[in-house]
Amino acid sequence: MDPNELTLAEARDALKAKRISARELTQAHLDAMAKARVLNAYIRETPDHALKMADEADRKLATGEARPLEGIPLGIKDLFCTEGVTTTAGSKILETFVPHYESAVSANLWRDGAVMLGKLNLDEFAMGSSNETSAYGNVVSPWRRKGSDAQLVPGGSSGGSAAAVAARLCLGATATDTGGSIRQPAAFTGTVGIKPTYGRCSRWGTVAFASSLDQAGPIARTVRDCAILLGSMAGPDARDTTCVDLPVPDFEAAVSRGVNGLTIGIPKEYRVDGMPAEIQKLWDDGAAWLKAAGATIKEISLPHTSSALPAYYIVAPAEASSNLARYDGVRYGLRVSGKDIAGMYENTRAAGFGREVKRRIMIGTYVLSAGYYDAYYVRAQKIRTLIKRDFEQAYAAGVDAILTPATPSSAFGIGEKASADPVEMYLNDVFTVTVNMAGLPGIAVPAGIDGQGLPLGLQLIGRPFDEETLFAVAQVIEEAAGRTILPEPWWS
Amino acid sequence: MSVDEKTVRRIAHLARIAVTDDEVGPLQGELNAILAFVEQLGAVDVSGVEPMTSVTPMAMKKREDVVTEGGRAADVVANAPETEDNYFLVPKVVE
Repeated sequence: MDPNELTLAEARDALKAKRISARELTQAHLDAMAKARVLNAYIRETPDHALKMADEADRKLATGEARPLEGIPLGIKDLFCTEGVTTTAGSKILETFVPHYESAVSANLWRDGAVMLGKLNLDEFAMGSSNETSAYGNVVSPWRRKGSDAQLVPGGSSGGSAAAVAARLCLGATATDTGGSIRQPAAFTGTVGIKPTYGRCSRWGTVAFASSLDQAGPIARTVRDCAILLGSMAGPDARDTTCVDLPVPDFEAAVSRGVNGLTIGIPKEYRVDGMPAEIQKLWDDGAAWLKAAGATIKEISLPHTSSALPAYYIVAPAEASSNLARYDGVRYGLRVSGKDIAGMYENTRAAGFGREVKRRIMIGTYVLSAGYYDAYYVRAQKIRTLIKRDFEQAYAAGVDAILTPATPSSAFGIGEKASADPVEMYLNDVFTVTVNMAGLPGIAVPAGIDGQGLPLGLQLIGRPFDEETLFAVAQVIEEAAGRTILPEPWWS
Repeated sequence: MSVDEKTVRRIAHLARIAVTDDEVGPLQGELNAILAFVEQLGAVDVSGVEPMTSVTPMAMKKREDVVTEGGRAADVVANAPETEDNYFLVPKVVE
């Protein structure tokens, strides 16, 4: 038994059956991480912390007190505050920030017995689709094109999470998704990622990007593993007023429900110009698999789809400009002196933020400034109402879940999209961003390999707080497509 | 709509981000590319549509007005670049 090749569910069973100890499982992952530093998936490895938690898990396992994730080694996106462990958000401005508290989501994982291996790399403040904006360097995907050793991006912003899961450097990882930051990297790396409904996971203690769009969720190697992790991460929290007071369903039980009798919507507006034939075929295959498993396939219309991405690039930067105002050199992080206090703020933020973050703060500042607020921000929020209404009408007409491609292409090379036009990079999120704008749950599941040998994913969008149906439908796709064969470790 | 150099400098100041002369030109181009991209929203009919103010329709949770996690001044200032007696230190603001 190679401990790094186990799924999270298999590892859980092996630990309970005492076929492996939590210490052995954790050490195997720490060893794999040490050999995979060329991928730069982890900003910080925490081996001492991990082994201490693993030993505690072994004690609980020995006395029959095992909790749901007892001894399961996980990676934590460096956007979740971890008590006593530096949390950077991928930014230079937080290089020295050591939280004195634990994020709600990570605290839930430790409550359930999980083990922290380290903090995972990400785009700076989760702003990016390729993990090329991190102040701590690019993450290199474990995937390569057939016959090429060119470095590819793992997607973003949860690029470290997706790369670590695909390279077997953890059994699962936390991630966050504001416009596609869980689902796009999952699709690029042949892994599974779910963004739950807005309000399902507490945002408390997670570094904020755009508060009305941000949601935490897991990335793992199977649908079942994601269901297990979300079951621990989710739950009510009085400290986040947008976190709902709903009981957490048994997500794992929903995985094997099947799709018999479900209606799956295929939105015609997602058939965008210039869509590669391979993506179209993947989408058709997905619909055929679900039909063969007993679902009804129905073409639907979501007429405001094409407005979602431009509206997102007003709402998200506006909220970011407000949220990131807190990084002023006074309460935490970097301080660079200036001729007066305003100069200190300006110099601190000029030195501490990277280009993409500055650009988004400035766009946000502009669209919220006097004279432009109604034309940009209020109009974008009205369009958001229309986007949400499109989905509500589809669900009211009997659709249980919506099937779309996860991304408009497979992974691209590092540096390939570094043009002067930032919009080219933003187009990566064209299929995922609608889900955040409407606050819905969405899951990306691997569904095939393209002609270059790279993974492609499909996305399922669900009704609010119906992640269970997404797990059931995604499981059928996972079984029909066959589990993705992850790359051999060329990096170690 | 597009922004000129003067507007880029004004936004940067509002955002409290120092920009060098070399940065203004590229920033202007990038901001204008984004503004050109969002321009298409002007064509959407939003008459009679309410702006979204809550992602999930729900009443705001409220709690008793009591101290919950107080008494942690040392934790609050622990990450500050400069402090004295649990106060944040800043450059002189008032002469």
